[in-house]
Amino acid sequence: MASLKELKGRINSVKSTQKITKAKQMVAAAKLRKAQESAEQARPYAARLTDVMGSLASKITISENSPKLLAGTGSDQVHLLVVANSDKGLCGAFNSNIVKAALTKARSLEAEGKTVLFYLVGRKGRAVIKREFPKQIVHMFDTSNVREPGFNEAEQIADELVALYEKGTYDIAHLFYAKFRSALLQEPTGQQIIPVPTPAASANTAASDAVTQYEPEEEEILAALLPRYLKTQLFGALLENAASEQGASMTAMDNATRNAGDLIQKLTIQYNRSRQAAITTELVEIIAGAEAL
Amino acid sequence: MALHFELVTPAKLVRSEEVHMVVVPGTEGEFGVLAGHAPFMSTVADGALKVYKTENAAPEEIVISGGFAEVGDKGLTVLAEHVEG
Repeated sequence: MASLKELKGRINSVKSTQKITKAKQMVAAAKLRKAQESAEQARPYAARLTDVMGSLASKITISENSPKLLAGTGSDQVHLLVVANSDKGLCGAFNSNIVKAALTKARSLEAEGKTVLFYLVGRKGRAVIKREFPKQIVHMFDTSNVREPGFNEAEQIADELVALYEKGTYDIAHLFYAKFRSALLQEPTGQQIIPVPTPAASANTAASDAVTQYEPEEEEILAALLPRYLKTQLFGALLENAASEQGASMTAMDNATRNAGDLIQKLTIQYNRSRQAAITTELVEIIAGAEAL
Repeated sequence: MALHFELVTPAKLVRSEEVHMVVVPGTEGEFGVLAGHAPFMSTVADGALKVYKTENAAPEEIVISGGFAEVGDKGLTVLAEHVEG
């Protein structure tokens, strides 16, 4: 059995770990509120833009000279997987779930004989993907020097993606991130972002029967809006990811704190037992010595 | 009658108010929007929106970039990527 001193040392070490996890949990709870707020504030813009895109897309027909971002390159050989992860750990299975979803997709695409490329956002998840697909990483976008990924980052990512697309590096892009359902539940999601899937025209835009005038022409507006729509989608994904990360972190740290509490309790009982055993042995020795006299 | 004017960026809803008129720097020329304007969509050049609170008030300027304007039954909505100030 471990000595008293050893046990005491272990109890202390678990206690200090518990302090860390508790602090991280509280930080995550505070940050989660903020992340949720900014996700909510981004919603009106995304909703409006989706509406506009929907009503525009319903008016034009996809032909050879419509923008490539909408119509596609005409091939589906090379797929780019954009994987958005966080920069920091201590958030449970958050990052590995996203990576797992992306890897599953990558394997099924490879099984179909397609080429798969990766574009990584965030620091975590790099190692795993690097190990599995060492030569297929196009770029790793660094978000570790900003506190929260914002619209500027989304803009940079979108610009790079569009540039790569126009160079013909890939034909179809998918985005992987965790959708925020609640603090307890984050869903790793994959969706196609390029070519831009046309949003369905919502009921309220279709209902107004007044003829809308366009300046410039519908197609030109659409061409101007497509990159913006892409940026908005990426921005939305980054925000969802940020909220999910904090939610996952909060849950994981809550569990860790509770586990540490259980462990401390167990160790304390063990400590008290061995202390009592030592005292009893000592007493028995003294009594036996006294009787021998 | 007042015109309902909304200015939205990806980060937040910047403005939502009743105004008299807004002059928007469209890519094919400036246009003013009063209440009851016909449905209209236009891309917006980088520049200043002029917001007239009342008929004779001095215009308030809001510099935006990466914009898009939509006039519908509900009023004028300007989507902008960046708003200064």
